[in-house]
Amino acid sequence: MSVLQALDIGLAALVLALAVWTIFAREVFAAVVGYVAYGLLLSIVWVRLFAVDVALTEAAIGSGVTGVLLIGAAARLREAREAEAAEHPSEPQRFWAMVLCALVTLALAAVVLLLPDPAPTLAPQASQHLAETGLGNPVTAVLIAYRAFDTMLEKVVLVLAIVGVWSLAPDRFWGGAPGEPRAVHPEPTLAFLAQILAPLGILVGIHIFWAGADGPGGAFQGGAILAAMWMIVMMAKLGEAPPVRALWLRLALVAGPAVFLAAGVAGIGVASGFFAYPAGFAKPLILFIEAFMTLTIAVTLPMLVAGPPRRAPRR
Amino acid sequence: MNLVLDVFSILAIGSGAFFFFAGTVGLLRFPDALTRLHALTKADNLGLGLVVLGLLPRVENLLAAFKLVAIWALVQLAGATVAQLIGRAVRRKGPAA
Repeated sequence: MSVLQALDIGLAALVLALAVWTIFAREVFAAVVGYVAYGLLLSIVWVRLFAVDVALTEAAIGSGVTGVLLIGAAARLREAREAEAAEHPSEPQRFWAMVLCALVTLALAAVVLLLPDPAPTLAPQASQHLAETGLGNPVTAVLIAYRAFDTMLEKVVLVLAIVGVWSLAPDRFWGGAPGEPRAVHPEPTLAFLAQILAPLGILVGIHIFWAGADGPGGAFQGGAILAAMWMIVMMAKLGEAPPVRALWLRLALVAGPAVFLAAGVAGIGVASGFFAYPAGFAKPLILFIEAFMTLTIAVTLPMLVAGPPRRAPRR
Repeated sequence: MNLVLDVFSILAIGSGAFFFFAGTVGLLRFPDALTRLHALTKADNLGLGLVVLGLLPRVENLLAAFKLVAIWALVQLAGATVAQLIGRAVRRKGPAA
């Protein structure tokens, strides 16, 4: 057994152990920390599988942004802990919940184990037609060209998520700003981090979006990094979330899916059909769509973390 | 020349790994949050610094070397900030377990 094989087996064992630990952790906060560490380990697994694009996404979204969301949820659940303790589930309820979870696990395991071997693949076709898109990264080609409609719908889901979060706003706060207001004297340590990291992070985020055309990266990864920078600035209270009725915010939230859909519909007129790109013009069009998607992702994720409006709008 | 560089890499990365090991032992064995934090920052700072130093002679071009050093600097920044924040939280709330 080579050293790399031993490392891979160790990594797999570590991922499994951490997953079990996260499920059995009694404390919500501990479970969230376990989940974040699990996501980071999983991104190393993706690197070992030579799926660097997936690894970047897992680290940025799966571990980073989801981690922040879950920590926020855990902090808010702490206030509701007594109410939760009063509604202890009964023995039969817990038994049936366990049976249901076991069944889902078994079904998932069966689906994975029953996959045909070798697994059906479209990889040869994908790389064969790569030149027609003008891109160098097959993952970006799959996301924005081959199955563009799926990716467009994924961005619509982000907008729906924001609508869901905002619908939790009490009537008197509707139209106001979520999150903490900007502070006159921000917490010095976090402010220092935000001031140094944010300019660098914005540069890295834009670079990863741009590099995604020919290498690992793309709109989702770059947008997530930009989003993280805005989150840090908001957490340091150097800036604050805009009121949810701000027009520029609404435009930025729908820009990605709207531009994507418009480009798709335009394909009916100027190319061979819905979501078809005109030959020779595919790459600039794809980058144009991706730029707006990056913007939407960079604005949506921090607004999801900021939560529903919590201050009355200024009249 | 290659042999010298290889020996340098092995020595630097080996010492880096030692600092990570020592930091992990400290994290598991030290009695309270502040001393554990102290052990962790050594692993981040010196451990990663030495690993990056050992990898520098093996990079393909100057840009890759710059990226490695930038990763070290960013981890330093994040590590130092988190250590400050945890330290402050411990002082405010008192050492919890």
